[in-house]
Amino acid sequence: MGKRVLLIEDEPNILEAISFILSRDGWTVHTHEDGETAMKKVIGFPPDMIILDVMLPGRSGFDILRDLRENQITKDIPVMMLTARGQEKDRELAMRLGANHFMTKPFSNADVRDHVRSLIDA
Amino acid sequence: MLGINTVIAFSLCYVAFLFFVAFWAERRAKRGNATWLHSPLIYTLSLSIYCTAWTFYGAVGYAARSGLEFVTIYLGPTLMMIGWWWILRKLVRIGRAQRITSIADLVSSRFGKSTSLGVIVTVISVVAATPYIALQLQSVTLSFAVFAQSGGQLWQDADLNATATWVAVGLFVFTVIFGTRNLDANERHHGIVIAIAVEAVVKLIALLAVGVFVVWGIAGGPAEMMQRIDNSQIVLWDQDGGRWISLIFLSGAALLCLPRMFQVLVVENADERHLAIASWAFPTYLFLMSLFVVPIAVVGLDLLPVGSNPDLFVLTVPLQEGKQGLAMLSFLGGFSSATSMVMVATIALATMVSNHIVVPVWLSLRPSQQAVISGDIRHVILLARRLSIAGVLFLGLVYYRLSGGGTALAAIGLVSFSGAVQILPAMLGGVFWRGATRLGAATGLLIGLTVWLWTLFLPSFGDAALIGQTVLDQGPFGMAWARPQALFGIVGLDPLVHGLLWSMLLNTAGFIIVSLVTFPTPLERLQGAQFVNVFEHSAAAPAWTTAAAGAEDLLIMAQRIMGSEQAQAIFEREAVRQGKKGFLPEVTPSFVELLERDLAGSVGAATAHAMVGQLIGGSGVSVEDLIAVADEAAQILEYSSRLEAKSAEQEQTARALREANDKLTALSIQKDAFLSQISHELRTPMTSIRSFSDILRDGEIGLAEQKRYSGIIHDEAIRLTGLLDDLLDLSVLENGQVMLHVKTGNLGQLLERAIGAAGGLGDAFEIRSAPDLGDMRVTTDLDRLVQVFINLIANARKYCDAQTPCLRISCADHGDSYLIDFIDNGSGIAPENQQLIFEKFSRVADGSKAGGAGLGLAICREIMRRLGGDIAYLNGQYGTAFRVTLPKEKPADC
Amino acid sequence: MSGGRKATIFLEQAGYRQRRLRDALRVWPVFGCILLVVPLLWSLDPSGQPGNAAALTYVFGVWVILIAVTVLMAWALRGDDPSNPKP
Repeated sequence: MGKRVLLIEDEPNILEAISFILSRDGWTVHTHEDGETAMKKVIGFPPDMIILDVMLPGRSGFDILRDLRENQITKDIPVMMLTARGQEKDRELAMRLGANHFMTKPFSNADVRDHVRSLIDA
Repeated sequence: MLGINTVIAFSLCYVAFLFFVAFWAERRAKRGNATWLHSPLIYTLSLSIYCTAWTFYGAVGYAARSGLEFVTIYLGPTLMMIGWWWILRKLVRIGRAQRITSIADLVSSRFGKSTSLGVIVTVISVVAATPYIALQLQSVTLSFAVFAQSGGQLWQDADLNATATWVAVGLFVFTVIFGTRNLDANERHHGIVIAIAVEAVVKLIALLAVGVFVVWGIAGGPAEMMQRIDNSQIVLWDQDGGRWISLIFLSGAALLCLPRMFQVLVVENADERHLAIASWAFPTYLFLMSLFVVPIAVVGLDLLPVGSNPDLFVLTVPLQEGKQGLAMLSFLGGFSSATSMVMVATIALATMVSNHIVVPVWLSLRPSQQAVISGDIRHVILLARRLSIAGVLFLGLVYYRLSGGGTALAAIGLVSFSGAVQILPAMLGGVFWRGATRLGAATGLLIGLTVWLWTLFLPSFGDAALIGQTVLDQGPFGMAWARPQALFGIVGLDPLVHGLLWSMLLNTAGFIIVSLVTFPTPLERLQGAQFVNVFEHSAAAPAWTTAAAGAEDLLIMAQRIMGSEQAQAIFEREAVRQGKKGFLPEVTPSFVELLERDLAGSVGAATAHAMVGQLIGGSGVSVEDLIAVADEAAQILEYSSRLEAKSAEQEQTARALREANDKLTALSIQKDAFLSQISHELRTPMTSIRSFSDILRDGEIGLAEQKRYSGIIHDEAIRLTGLLDDLLDLSVLENGQVMLHVKTGNLGQLLERAIGAAGGLGDAFEIRSAPDLGDMRVTTDLDRLVQVFINLIANARKYCDAQTPCLRISCADHGDSYLIDFIDNGSGIAPENQQLIFEKFSRVADGSKAGGAGLGLAICREIMRRLGGDIAYLNGQYGTAFRVTLPKEKPADC
Repeated sequence: MSGGRKATIFLEQAGYRQRRLRDALRVWPVFGCILLVVPLLWSLDPSGQPGNAAALTYVFGVWVILIAVTVLMAWALRGDDPSNPKP
C-alpha cells in the first residue's frame, strides 16, 4: 500500500497528468479541486504529502498552506506548491509560509516524481 | 550799487542753474551711468544740509551774542560722526533691509509696523520742523531786504510777507518737480541730491570767501585777527557748563533724529562704506563752516553801527565794505543753505505725512477691494506727497507770519532741535534693545512731545504770545509745579537746558518703564529681533569668528522649533547610528543636512537653512539670538491664521501627492497582476501539453489512453493558440495600431453572419432578433463589428444558466447611432461584477466551463471604442444584458 | 572640519589689529568729549579766565585733532567689512 498523496488542483487536465505520473510510481493519489473545502478534506483524511496549486477557486494555495502550518494535525505534512504564475516573489512567499518545495508549471514529469519521492521519504 | 532787482535776477538764474543740474542728474541716473552720483563725496556734501541758513547767517549772530557756544551745534555731529557712525551704519543697514522710507517709518516698523507710532513720530517731526522752515523763509526774506535797503528801499512787513510767500511757492515747485517725480522703492532722489551737493559747495565757498576777506582783507592777517578777537567786546568763553554739554548732546542727537538728516543719511545712502569717508569728511565740512564765524562776528561788531542785526553780518560786512560781488556770493550761499534745507525737509516730512497719515486715512475710507489696485494707490500717494509738501511749506509760512519774524534765529533752531530729539529714545531703544515695546515707545514719545511743547515750543513764540506771563510765572491754574520754565519747582536752570532735561528724562523713563511692564506682540518681537540683530540677519560677509556650533546648541534650537520629543528622537537616532553613547551625536555635514531637512518641515526650507547655516557657519550670531528668533517664529506660527491656512494647503498638497503615489502603486500592482495572469493562462495549457507528451514519449500505455492523451494535447494547443490570438488582438487594439477597414453593410445581415459563426441556433438555444433589421445600414469596420457580436452570442451560449436558454437581440434607431441589445434569460451578473467583466482575465463564472481566458469582453469594449461606440452592461433586464452603442457612420477621429 | 579650524586661526590673527582699531574708534568720541569739556574747568577760577584767542585756538585745535585722528583710523580700517558685527 503506497503512501497517500493529496493533489489539490483545479485544472482537470493537469490533475489527470499528475495523478497518472504518481500512480505509476506507486503512490496512492487523492485529488481535490476546490480551495474552499480543501482543509476539511486534509484534516478528515491526513495524507503523507500534499501537492498544492496556488491559483484555486475559493481560497488561494497560500491561504491553505498557512492554515496547514497552523494546524496541529497538518503542520508537519510535506507540501509542494505548484504555480503557473512564475513569479519569484510567489516562491519567496511559499517558502516563508513553510512550503517544502516550490515548482513552476510547466514541469517535467521526472521532476515531479523525484521531488515527491524525496519529500515523502524524508 | 546792487539793486534788489539785480539780486532777484541773480537768484532766478541760480535757481535755473540748479534746475538744469538736477534735470541732468536725473537723466544720467535714468540712463544708469550715474555711478559718480553714488560717490562718498556727493554723500558727504548732501549731509551738509545740516548747515542751514541758521548756520550761514545765524552762527555769526550766535557768536556775537553768546561767544563760542555756537560751536556746540557742530561739535555734537562731529563727535557723532567720528566714532559713533556705527550707530548710523546700523540705521543704514536696517533702512536697506527693511526698506525704510523715513524716521517715522523706522520707528513704526520696528514696533510691529504700528500705524499710531508712525503718526506720533510724524506729528513730532512736523511740529519740530515747522519753526525751522519758517526760519529759512525768514532768513531768505531778510537777506532780500538787506539788498533792498542798500538800494534805498526800506521794506515794510507787507513786502517781507510777500517775499516769504514767493520764496515758499518757488520752493514748492522745485521740490514737487524733483521730489515727487517718481515713486522709487528706495525713495532716492538723484536730482535733489545733486542740487543740494552743488548748493553745499556754493555755501561753503561763500562763507570761506567772506571769512578770507574779513581776515586778510579787513583785519590784515591771522595774527592781527587774533589780536582783534582778543580785544573784542564779545566774551568768547563764558560758558554755563550745563548748557555747553546739553547743546553738544542735543546737536549730536539731532543729527540722527532730524527728518531731513535721516533722509540724506539713511534713505538716500547708496553705500554703507560712504559712512566711513563721511566720518571725517563731514566733520571737516562743519569745521570749515565754523572757522570764520568768530572773525566775521568780531569784525562786524567793530565795523557796523551799534544795533545792526548780527544775524546778517555775513551779508552786511561785504556790503559795508563795498564788495558787491562778494555780497552777491554771500547772498547765494545763504540762499543755498535755506533752499536745500527746505527742499529735503519738506520731502522727508511729506513722505512721512503721506505714508503715515494721508494714505492710511484714504485707505480706511475705501472699500478694501478697490484699495489694492496698485495703479490707483501710486497716483494717490504721489498726490498725497505733493499736497503734503504744500502743507508743510504752508505751515512754515504761517509760523513765520505768527512769530512775526522777530525772534533770534538761534533760539528757534534750538527749540526745533530739542523737539526732534524726542524721537531718540524710541529710535535707539528700538535699534539696540529688543525689550523695547510699542506701548513703551508711544508713551515715551507722547510724554516727550507734551513736555517739549509746554516747556520749549509754546514759550518760543515770545513772551506772552501764546502762554500768558502769569502762566509762565505762576503755572497754569496756579499750579506752580507746572510752570513751563520751572517744572517741579526747579528754578534757575537755563530754559533750554531745563526743557531738554525734563523732556528727555521723562521721555526715556516712560519708554523704559512701560516697555518693561508691557508685552510685545509677536510681530513686534520679530521686527525687534530683525532690527537689533540686523547685521546677523542681513547679507553677511565671511565672519571673523567661527562659532562652531555644538550638538547641544543645535539640539536646543531644534527643540524650540519642532518640540523636544521629536528633536531628541532625531538626535538620539543619529547618535546611535554614529555608534556614540548618550544622545548627542557628532555634528557631521550629513547630520546637519538631515536636521535642516527636518527643521524645514516646521519652519520652511529657507528659514531652516538660514538658521542652521548661521549656527554652523558661525557668522557671529549667538545661539541665544537664534533661539530668540526661533521663539518668535514659533509664536508667529502659532498666532498667524494665515500660516495655518498655508500649512493646511501644504497638507492638501501632500495628500494629493500621497494619493497619486497610491494610484501609481496600484497601477504597478495591476500591471504585475496582469503579467502573472497572462503567465498563468499561458502556462496552464502548456503544462498539460508538456506533461502528456512526456507520458506519450515514455510509452508503456494502452492505445485508448494514448488516444485520449493526444486529444487533450490537441485541445490544449488550440486553447493556447486562441489565447495568443486574443492577447495579440487586444494589444493591437489597445495601442491603437489596428487597421480598420470601413465598409457599408446591413445590420441584419451582419447579425446573421455572427449567429452563424457562433455555432447557429442549435440545441435548446434560441436567438430572437427584432423584426425590422432589413434597412438598417451601417458604415464601419464590419468584420470587427461581427467579432463583437460573435463574442456576445458565444458568451450567452456559454454562461446562460436558464433551463431553456434564450437570447433576444433587438435593434433600435437612435438618431446618429443604433442601440443593439443582447439580453438572455439567465440569472444575470451581480452588480459588483458588472464593471469587472470588461477587465482583462475577469471570469465571473467558473473558468473551467468558459474555456476562455476572460479576454472576450475586454476586446469587445476596445473594438467598440475604436468604432466610436461603446458596450455596457444593461441593468434591470431579468438576465444578462449587454447594450452595444454603434454610430451609423464611424467618426473619422476614431 | 580641521580645514575650517585652521582658517579660523588665520582670521583671528588678521582681524586682531582691526578689532582693536574698531575699539579705538568707539572710544575716540568719549575722549573727544572729555577734551571738549576741559574748558569748563577754566571757569572755576574767575581770575584765570582765558583770553578769547586762547579759547578759540583750544576749541578749534581739539577739533582738528579729532578729525585728523579719525582720518588715520578710517584709512587703517578702509578694508574693514561693514557687515562685521560685534567686536
